[in-house]
Amino acid sequence: MDRPLRLITANPVDQLARTVEALLVVASAPLSVEELAQATDDDAVRIETALGLLSDRYREGRSGIVLEHVAGGYAFRASREAAAACGRLFERPVERGLSQAALETLAIVGYLGPCSRPEIARLRGVAADSAVAGLLERGLIAEAGRDDGPGGAVRYRTTPLFERVFGLENIAALPRLDDLGESAAEIRERLHSVAVGKTA
Amino acid sequence: MTAVFDLPLDLDAFEGPFDLLLTLVLKEELEPAEVDIAAIVTAFVERLAEKDQLDLEACGEFLVLIASLLELKARALFPDEDAELSELEPEEAAEELARRLAEYRQMKDAAAWLTERLAGERERYFRVGPSPLAPRPERTMAAQDPQQLAVALRALAEPPPPVSLSHMGLRFPPVAQFLERFRAVLSRRRRFDFDAEVGGLNRVEQAVAFLALLELRKMGEVALAQAEPFAPIRVSRADSERGAEWIVRSA
Repeated sequence: MDRPLRLITANPVDQLARTVEALLVVASAPLSVEELAQATDDDAVRIETALGLLSDRYREGRSGIVLEHVAGGYAFRASREAAAACGRLFERPVERGLSQAALETLAIVGYLGPCSRPEIARLRGVAADSAVAGLLERGLIAEAGRDDGPGGAVRYRTTPLFERVFGLENIAALPRLDDLGESAAEIRERLHSVAVGKTA
Repeated sequence: MTAVFDLPLDLDAFEGPFDLLLTLVLKEELEPAEVDIAAIVTAFVERLAEKDQLDLEACGEFLVLIASLLELKARALFPDEDAELSELEPEEAAEELARRLAEYRQMKDAAAWLTERLAGERERYFRVGPSPLAPRPERTMAAQDPQQLAVALRALAEPPPPVSLSHMGLRFPPVAQFLERFRAVLSRRRRFDFDAEVGGLNRVEQAVAFLALLELRKMGEVALAQAEPFAPIRVSRADSERGAEWIVRSA
């Protein structure tokens, strides 16, 4: 008896995953779900499903390429087990030789940005020109408008490259500022305790 | 605790550890203006030199403290220079110092966290570079009416209205021409009326003629007279007008 032929097709999400995979290979910066949805002319929920499939396929221990959620989007990177080989062939110019001053400046811009050089200098107590210029050149910070008022200083913010270099999903992934450092009260108390102890 | 606070000092106004000096200044028992800041810095630098390793923690703390002390001294020396700062009481200054130290400590810790994070991410390699350019949106025109297109093209084919260059056509006759002319007139007559002489000329020529007249007056060849403003200008040979009754008005 003749049976009607059944068309065997691939899972539509799997097909979408292949397109997303191709887009991520072409891109050199993380692509957001919205960007992927726009490029594939598909909806965000299906894109996330496709990304789930790809994340499972491209993960540490299973593939030399790893799909990661970073800098507000998705991007491929080399697996950690390939790092030594990558290190013999490729340079990491963005983060190489970042000085303490540059890292402090980067932290200030990351937490307080957009902020200007005078604000950075006030916090660090030294001129920030050199550190800011170096971070701009590396692409870790970028200009973000000017301060209000006459002669407004240029303000700076961190870039998606900063998040990617430090492996942050987004800027909110930085530790809470309240969890860092001592409070003013603690410092004041410490200063006074030492001073009073000596005078007593 | 760093080695800043127990730094021994031997100054003209004070002898003892650094933290005691700070306390006395904050309690207003010692005038900041009397404190020799340079001597404190020298003492600290000497102490640093004694050690094999540079204590960055101590250096940072010392810099903040000495800067605050310097600020207090500057305010004491120039009380009216900065109204905002001069309003700060010693306790407020201490609070401000603690607040600034706390802010800096937070950022220093954040930088340490970034350093640690960077070390942990050392094995991450990814492509860095500009993204391929997004394609430009294609612009397609809607269906057009051929008649309208013809009208538009015809309008474009129309020669533009000629631009008037009349204002560029002004020709200024040379002043020398009128110099010669007036000299010739005066060789025939002792005097003449300027307005009558140039009456038939256009405005530009009249202006040039007047310049020539002034030139002749400047060279002393003619004498000019005018009974009243806007009255006819009488021109006469200079030698013939000596002693004349006309009032000569130089240009």
